[in-house]
Amino acid sequence: MIVGRVVGPLVATQKHRKFEGSKLLLVQPLGENDTPRGPALLAVDTVGAGVHERVLLVLDGKAAGDAMQRKAAPVDAAIVGIIDHMDLA
Amino acid sequence: MQVGRVVGDVVATLKDDALTGVKLLLVQPLDPAHQPVGRVLVAADAAGAGVGEEVFFVRGREASFPFYPAEPPIDAAIVGIVDHWSAEGAHS
Repeated sequence: MIVGRVVGPLVATQKHRKFEGSKLLLVQPLGENDTPRGPALLAVDTVGAGVHERVLLVLDGKAAGDAMQRKAAPVDAAIVGIIDHMDLA
Repeated sequence: MQVGRVVGDVVATLKDDALTGVKLLLVQPLDPAHQPVGRVLVAADAAGAGVGEEVFFVRGREASFPFYPAEPPIDAAIVGIVDHWSAEGAHS
């Protein structure tokens, strides 16, 4: 899993049926010290995250499908947690 | 998934049998400011997208799921057409 920051919502009316009812959020992956790392990506939100929040992301199709509780969903990223705090020793 | 813009299409007559009937489109990935980022790729269309539209696409093994029970050998598929998106929290 990786850590990212939610940068905004995405709305799509015409989409694969497995996405119906799911919330899509753009997420910027973060490196150390909360600096942006790599390109922003689009993830299915399964925990009710909001803009600016730091979240826990899975970047794997199987894990993302499990988080959505939908079999054979064409997804490769999902938000599975909202981070309260994080300490790098 | 990633957001991108459809910038063209690809026609291939000689191809894997499982690709028959699969529409192939050229997609330019976009950053949160709607600017091109990274390299253009070929994605199978599972959303009825057209040139000029903003779409989102999935990469990897899951890209073939929309075509089930067929299992075309693809690693990217367009699975939605974007109405709008915002990136008020973007750093750049």
